[in-house]
Formats: sequence, C-alpha cells, structure tokens
Amino acid sequence: MVKIETKENKMIRKTLETRQVGRREMIAMFGAGAVAAMGIGLIPRDAAADAKAVDAAIMKVTGGKSAKPGKINLDLPQIAENGSTVPITVEVEGDAGSVKALHLWADKNPRPDVASFHFTPMNGIAKVSTRIRLSKTQNIVAVAEMSDGALYMAKSEIKVTIGGCGG
Amino acid sequence: MAKTKARVKVPKSVNKGEVFQVKTLISHKMETGQRKNKKTGKIIPRMIINKFVCQYNGKDAFVADWHPAMSANPYMAFYLKVGESGNLDFIWTDDKGNVSKKSAKLNVTG
Repeated sequence: MVKIETKENKMIRKTLETRQVGRREMIAMFGAGAVAAMGIGLIPRDAAADAKAVDAAIMKVTGGKSAKPGKINLDLPQIAENGSTVPITVEVEGDAGSVKALHLWADKNPRPDVASFHFTPMNGIAKVSTRIRLSKTQNIVAVAEMSDGALYMAKSEIKVTIGGCGG
Repeated sequence: MAKTKARVKVPKSVNKGEVFQVKTLISHKMETGQRKNKKTGKIIPRMIINKFVCQYNGKDAFVADWHPAMSANPYMAFYLKVGESGNLDFIWTDDKGNVSKKSAKLNVTG
C-alpha cells in the first residue's frame, strides 16, 4: 500500500529534518494523534525515493518547462518475462532534424536513467530500438527535446515478472 | 576494450535519400554496479559502455548515452539517410575510456 504524504506529514517531516525538535514539542504543536502517525505514517522510503529520483532526472532535462503529450511512439511489451532484457522501440514523429534529443527513464529502477539519444538530420527518422533492464513493474518515461525548444513526453507501464538486476 | 566483439549490419547499397536501418551489437557484460559478489557480499563495481557514436565520413550522425539500465550485450538499431557514398564508423566507449570501433563502407546510388 502506498501512502501519499499529506501536507501535514510533509510539514512534520521537514520540521524534523531541519531542526532538532523534541517529541513533547511536537505533540504540543501537532497533537498526540499526529505524532503517533508520524512514527508509522511517513511514506515508505521506496515510493518516495523513486518518485523523487525520476522527477529530479526529468527536471534536469526539462528545466521545469512542461512537456506536452504526443509526438512520441513508445513501443514496449505489456509484460516482460525477463527484466534483464526488455525490447523497446521509441520514435519521435517527424524528420530527425527536428529532434534534438530523446531521453528514457525507468521510474522504479535503482537509478531511473536508461539512455539518451542525440539525433542529427543524417538519421532521417528519430527512431531507435534497443534492449533494457527493468527491476520491477514500472513506467517507462520518454521525453523528446525538439530543435525548436518544445518538449514532448510519453509514459508507458510495463509489468515485469522477473526483475532484471540479477545477483 | 578487452573481450568485446562488435557486429554491425548495414545495407551494402542504398538509394540517395533513402532511410535505412543500421543494427549494432556488441558483447559486453554491462555490469550495473547493483550486483553483489555472493561470496564476499561486496558490490561488484559498475563497468559499462556509456557512449555510442556513429560517424559518417568523420561527422557525428548519431550519439547515444547509455546508463546501467541498458541490457548486457547491448543491441541498438537506428536509422540513417545520406546523400553520397562514404564510410561509417561505430565507436563504443566504456567507463574507463576504453574504445571499440567498427567500420563499414556504404554505397549510395542515384
């Protein structure tokens, strides 16, 4: 079960992180119920860490600018039998000269970055096929940076039966 | 690069302006840095090919940055469209800077 961090929990967590606050002080501020909830209720590290990591990675590319849906065809199997090698084909519509770069992330992998492809007009079309490793069921996120500065995004969920991290 | 074998598939001849597919494959463990040595419990350090470059007549035609999420023995297919005959160079570079290269001649007709 994934718990969404409420504004209250976030405030509590940030307070704890930024300065040493005693438990009694906390109870005085937020009430016994909230403090009890804090002990159990803060979101599991997994979900939080995943969401932050992929968002930060995407932010590095977009600079906070919003990416529109469309233009990207993300071709993935719905279910991956073997997470160590999952075939993927991605294409950005239009002439390759109009695409600067295409980035791929796997939002629940230990690290979200998968690959970045830099096209030139010599590519003709901005289409790539490759094979990737996925640790578990998750979303593949693609962002295309166009030569004119526009950004496009596509997301596709894939179920992974046997994770691909090995060992 | 030690122990790597690279293969590329390029059509021998294409028409001028025709979009054609190039397939590349290189044998490489692509060690992610996530695995642990089962005996010692220590993390096996990351060692991957992190960059692929395809050049046509000495000019970059296609560049890819790879991360540990790329599968072992990385396969990658992409497309090209050129106006004259020439030389294709494929260059794989790993984390340590070791390089593997493969070349192919392309004949463009029309």
